[in-house]
Amino acid sequence: MTSVLQVPEPPTPAEVKVAAARTSRQNRRGLLWLLTPPTAWLLVLYIGSLFFLLITAFWFINPFTSKVVPGFTLENFVSIFTVPAYFATAVRSLLIALAVTLIAIVLAVPIAIYMAKIASPPMRAFLAVTITLPLWAGYLVKLIAMRVVFTENGFLNWLLAPFGISGPGFNTSTVIITLTYLWFPFMALPVYTAVRQIPHSYFDASADLGAKSWRTIRTVVLPLIKPAIIAGSVFTFSLSLGDYLVARFVGGSTQMIGSIIASNINLNPPVAAAFSFVPIAFVLVYLWVVRKMGALERL
Amino acid sequence: MLQLSRSARAVLISIVAFIVLVIYVPLLLVVANSFNVASLSSWPIKGLTTQWWVVAWESPFIREALLNSVIVALGATFFAGILGTMAAFALQRYEFFGRQSINLLIVLPIALPGVVTGVAFSNTYNSVLPEIGINIGYFGMIVAHATFCIVMVFNNVGARLRRMNPGLVEASMDLGANVWQTFRLVTFPQFRPAFVAGAILAFALSFDEVIVTIFTAPPGVETLPLWILKEMARPNQASVVNVVATVVILFSLIPVYVSLRMSRSDEDD
Repeated sequence: MTSVLQVPEPPTPAEVKVAAARTSRQNRRGLLWLLTPPTAWLLVLYIGSLFFLLITAFWFINPFTSKVVPGFTLENFVSIFTVPAYFATAVRSLLIALAVTLIAIVLAVPIAIYMAKIASPPMRAFLAVTITLPLWAGYLVKLIAMRVVFTENGFLNWLLAPFGISGPGFNTSTVIITLTYLWFPFMALPVYTAVRQIPHSYFDASADLGAKSWRTIRTVVLPLIKPAIIAGSVFTFSLSLGDYLVARFVGGSTQMIGSIIASNINLNPPVAAAFSFVPIAFVLVYLWVVRKMGALERL
Repeated sequence: MLQLSRSARAVLISIVAFIVLVIYVPLLLVVANSFNVASLSSWPIKGLTTQWWVVAWESPFIREALLNSVIVALGATFFAGILGTMAAFALQRYEFFGRQSINLLIVLPIALPGVVTGVAFSNTYNSVLPEIGINIGYFGMIVAHATFCIVMVFNNVGARLRRMNPGLVEASMDLGANVWQTFRLVTFPQFRPAFVAGAILAFALSFDEVIVTIFTAPPGVETLPLWILKEMARPNQASVVNVVATVVILFSLIPVYVSLRMSRSDEDD
C-alpha cells in the first residue's frame, strides 16, 4: 500500500532525454503493443461506463410504468439543489469529508515526526507495522470494531460510566470518528515517508539559527511535507465523500451522498446517476483548489 | 537531528500512544467478542466460549462466500497483473505524448469514490450490456475489481523498473537474445519481487472491497464482505461475524508483511 501513496519523483531532464533517444531508436510498435490493452480496458470499460452513467443522468422515469425512458431532462441535476434533503446531504457529506481530512492531518503529522525523527529504530519499525496493519485489517472489520466501541453496551460507555457520562452513540460525530479511523493510514504513510526524507542537517541549521522545536516544525517541517499531506488528503477526502456504509452502521439517521445513490439505484437510476456526479464534482474541485495552491505537481 | 524540548517530546509521545491505542483497542474488542457467550457484541464480554468458532467453521454459507471472494480476487489479480505490468513498462520505458493522462487514467478508479465506480459498472451491466445481448454475470465483478487493482501492480512494478539498469537489456540483445528471451531471462527475474508484491496487494484490495461488489455482484452471489454485511444488518448473529472478522484480521498480516519487505528492500537499494 505504501507504494500507492508514494509521491513519484519527476524525471530529471537527463532521464527524459535518454528515454526520448531510446524511443527514437526503437520502433513505436513496442509502445503501442504495451499500451493498448491497459488503455483500452480502462477507456472502454471504465471511462465508457462513466460516460453511460452521465447519459443516464439526463434520462427520466416514466411515472406510470416506473421504467427508465431515454431522453433529455435536467430535472435530476436540478433536484440536487431544489430537494432540501438532497442538498443538505451533499453539503453534510462535504463537511464530513473535510472534517475527516483535517483530523487525519492533525494526527498524522505528530506521529510521522515522532516515527521518522525521534523514535529509536526498533520503535520506528514497530510503529510502521502498527499503522500499516489496520490498512489491511478489512473495511468491514473496522466498521464492526467501531460498532463495539460506540454501541449502547459497548466499550466507550463502559469506559465513561465511572465518570457518569456516556459516549455519543451512533450519530454524525461517530461517522467522522469512524471514517478517520478507516482512512488514517492513507494520510499517515505518505506524511511519514516525507518526514523521513528531510535531511537531519535542516534541523541542525534551524536549531543553530535559534528556532525552538515548535518553530522548527512549523517553518521547516510543515512546508516540506505539504505535498505529502495533500497527496494523503486526496485519499481521505475522496474515500470519506463516497462512503455510506459507515453512515448506515454507526451514523444513526445520518445520510451521506452514497446513501442517496444506493437507495435510488433500483428505484430511480437517473437520480442515482446524477447524484454520482456530486462526489466527482467535489473531488475535481478539490483537486483544482489544491492545484491553485501549487501543490499538485508531485501528486 | 530534531531536538525537541522536554514538553514537546512529552506531547508527541502521548499523541502517538493515544493513536496506537485507538487503532488497536477496537480490533481487540472484535477478537474478544468472537469468544463472547452472548450473541450480541458487548463490552465487557459476558463469558468465554468457542461455540461461535465451531458455528463459523461448519457454515456452508461462509465457505461459499469465501470461495467466491477467492475466485474474484484471483481473477482480478490475474487481469490487473498483466495490464498493470504492461502499463508500467509503457510508461517507464517510453516518453510519449499523453503519458501523464495515462497515469491519471490508471489512478482514477481508486481516486474516485467506490460508490461512483460501482454505480457506473452497475449501470453498464444492467442497462447497456443487456441491450446488445450480453449478460456479464459473475465475470462483471471480476472486471470491476480488476479495474481498480491495476494501479497496485502498476505502482510496484513501475517503481522497480525505474531503478533497473537498461544496459542489461541492451547487453542481452547484443548477445543475440530475442525480445521474449530477454524478457524471460533478464527483465522478469529483476522485477519479479515487485510483481509478486503488487499482485498480493491487488488480491488483498479486491478481497476487502465492499461497495463496488455490492453494485456489481450478480443476484444470489455473495463474497465474504457481502456475507458479513448481510449479517451485520441482523445483529443477533454478531458473534459469528466477529469470528470471521478475527480471521480476516489474522490474514491481513500477510499483506502487511509483504509491504514491509518491500519498503525494506527499497531502503537497501
